[in-house]
Amino acid sequence: MTDTRIDRRMAKLKAEGRPALVTYFMGGDPDYATSLSIMKALPKAGADIIELGMPFSDPMADGPAIQAAGLRALKGGQTLVKTLAMAADFRKGDDDTPIVLMGYYNPIYNHGVERFLADAKAAGVDGLIVVDLPPEMDEELCIPALKAGINFIRLATPTTDDKRLPKVLQNTSGFVYYVSMTGITGSALADTAKVGEAVRRIKAHTMLPVCVGFGVKTAEQARLIGASADGVVVGTAIVNAVASVLGPKGEKVADPAEAVATLVGGLAQGVRQARLAAAE
Amino acid sequence: MNKPALPNSFRTGPNEQGMFGIFGGRFVAETLMPLILDLEKEWEAAKNDPAFKAELTALSTFYAGRPSKLYFAEGLTKHLGGAKVYFKREDLNHTGSHKINNCLGQILLAKRMGKKRIIAETGAGQHGVASATVSARFGYPCVVYMGATDVERQKPNVFRMKLLGAEVRPVSAGHGTLKDAMNEALRDWVTNVEDTYYLIGTAAGPHPYPEMVRDFQSVIGAEARAQILEQEGRLPDVIIAAVGGGSNAIGLFHPFLDDKDVKIVGVEAGGRGLDGIEHCASMNAGRPGVLHGNRTYLLQNGDGQILDGHSISAGLDYPGVGPEHSWLRDSGRVDYVPILDDEALEAFQLCTKVEGIIPALESAHAIAQAMKIAPSMGKDEIVIVNLSGRGDKDVHTVAGMMGMEI
Repeated sequence: MTDTRIDRRMAKLKAEGRPALVTYFMGGDPDYATSLSIMKALPKAGADIIELGMPFSDPMADGPAIQAAGLRALKGGQTLVKTLAMAADFRKGDDDTPIVLMGYYNPIYNHGVERFLADAKAAGVDGLIVVDLPPEMDEELCIPALKAGINFIRLATPTTDDKRLPKVLQNTSGFVYYVSMTGITGSALADTAKVGEAVRRIKAHTMLPVCVGFGVKTAEQARLIGASADGVVVGTAIVNAVASVLGPKGEKVADPAEAVATLVGGLAQGVRQARLAAAE
Repeated sequence: MNKPALPNSFRTGPNEQGMFGIFGGRFVAETLMPLILDLEKEWEAAKNDPAFKAELTALSTFYAGRPSKLYFAEGLTKHLGGAKVYFKREDLNHTGSHKINNCLGQILLAKRMGKKRIIAETGAGQHGVASATVSARFGYPCVVYMGATDVERQKPNVFRMKLLGAEVRPVSAGHGTLKDAMNEALRDWVTNVEDTYYLIGTAAGPHPYPEMVRDFQSVIGAEARAQILEQEGRLPDVIIAAVGGGSNAIGLFHPFLDDKDVKIVGVEAGGRGLDGIEHCASMNAGRPGVLHGNRTYLLQNGDGQILDGHSISAGLDYPGVGPEHSWLRDSGRVDYVPILDDEALEAFQLCTKVEGIIPALESAHAIAQAMKIAPSMGKDEIVIVNLSGRGDKDVHTVAGMMGMEI
């Protein structure tokens, strides 16, 4: 068992009897300063864990909203080095909220795995989600990350059957991210009853918390998913909130941090009512 | 960096993890992993199943028209005044390119696996046409992802695909080329993983695709090797093929890899020159990285973002390359050289004039390399060029380059 900010936060929420609200946003979207203000607004609005998106030119598992956010970030000059700097900037004012970097492997490989892990650790990063590194490729980054004291959070999907689950869970730490359906980010939410069933199936194999994402957009959905899951992940809805206050040329027509805070505030209420829903 | 010690054979890869040295692998989302493992199992079983082999051989012979001829290009040989140049005539296959070899093999696998729907990516449209063809022949719905730029520059192939009953979905992300089409095909696959077979057209992607596509395409080299032994009584001195993703090249090269005296040359798209970013010479100007399920040489910026690249030839317009080529490059067994847009265009025109064969712009890159080396070779020396496809699809592009309207 690791002991990171993620583990401590999850243990605390378990004691409080409510699921975590895990919020994804794209680092550098639409620019560094605005994005950092969004990041700082997240915990204040009720987010428990932050997933900081690392933009990549070819996001093969993402839908149109996150693809567009990544392109805006890259156009705004975001790089892996700047994403790490953003984590470090955030840490100056918040030493408790866990930060999980989420993205694709190539920018990390290009930066150098050892150097990346050292830089991430120094920046106060707690966990990694790397979409294109399945357990078959654990030697690449997962094992070195664990050695460096950084959680490697794995995705489990509806195609991960009972036979394969142990392999997926083996080197996973922090939490398990259950992707509620086969597909790309931003698709429609899966049937919540089926999600509950899947969460129970995974929990039969692991002591780790199970967070559920893909398709959660509203407080009501967060409440329903949170009834069975240890955490609810929201990404596309947050990225859309940023896009909604950008004009046709990418100019800000309102404050993106405020738009995100309003959305996250509602979601936070949703997860706080989740266990009441479960008791109904 | 030290070069790895030379192996006893260059034909044993990949290993069980799908690696050719540090290249290859299975860098895909978890959603796809169970399916990729299934595919690998099914491919292993099919490889050793005489019934599968027999069905593929029958289709190759009576449907695709194999074996393709090894043709002595007398006109070009005379014009160049040096080595004897032979063309391996993959352009004469059904659908007009080598792509049918792989599509026939994979459609039989899709059938074995009980899949209901075929998706494919395409650059020049040759693989899209071949996929649409085998889908029509075997009664599958087929969706082809194609970059919007390529849809524009390969109109005849787009129409052929539609006639064959496929749905062509233009992809406008990035530069609208093969890389973007592949991203979108992967997104479709991850969404429809239960019933969909992804018919990858090149020897890239996650394991087992690079090995599988190579094996289906190796019929090119196996035939060429036997044919040159029969026609000339000896092996060639040089074999040449164009490399985009690299399926026609690995198909020609693989059976010759352990023939130490055969020099092997892969031709990358040099575009408008290697100084800038307007080329697709990933092995000459790129660095190893991870994209589309495998580690390989990639065109990328300092931050690890993939560049779009450029080539006059849609089929070579890809910022990566199949992983086995990357390994063959590093091991030194194969030389990879760039040919510029202009040189390919010149080869296209020369081949048309002196041979009466309109080659695909992809194949024209390989011919251009033969034009460079053959004149200084002896008249008793032999060069085999893989004429991977016919060029009817490219006449609009070439007309545009020549300043003509058709």
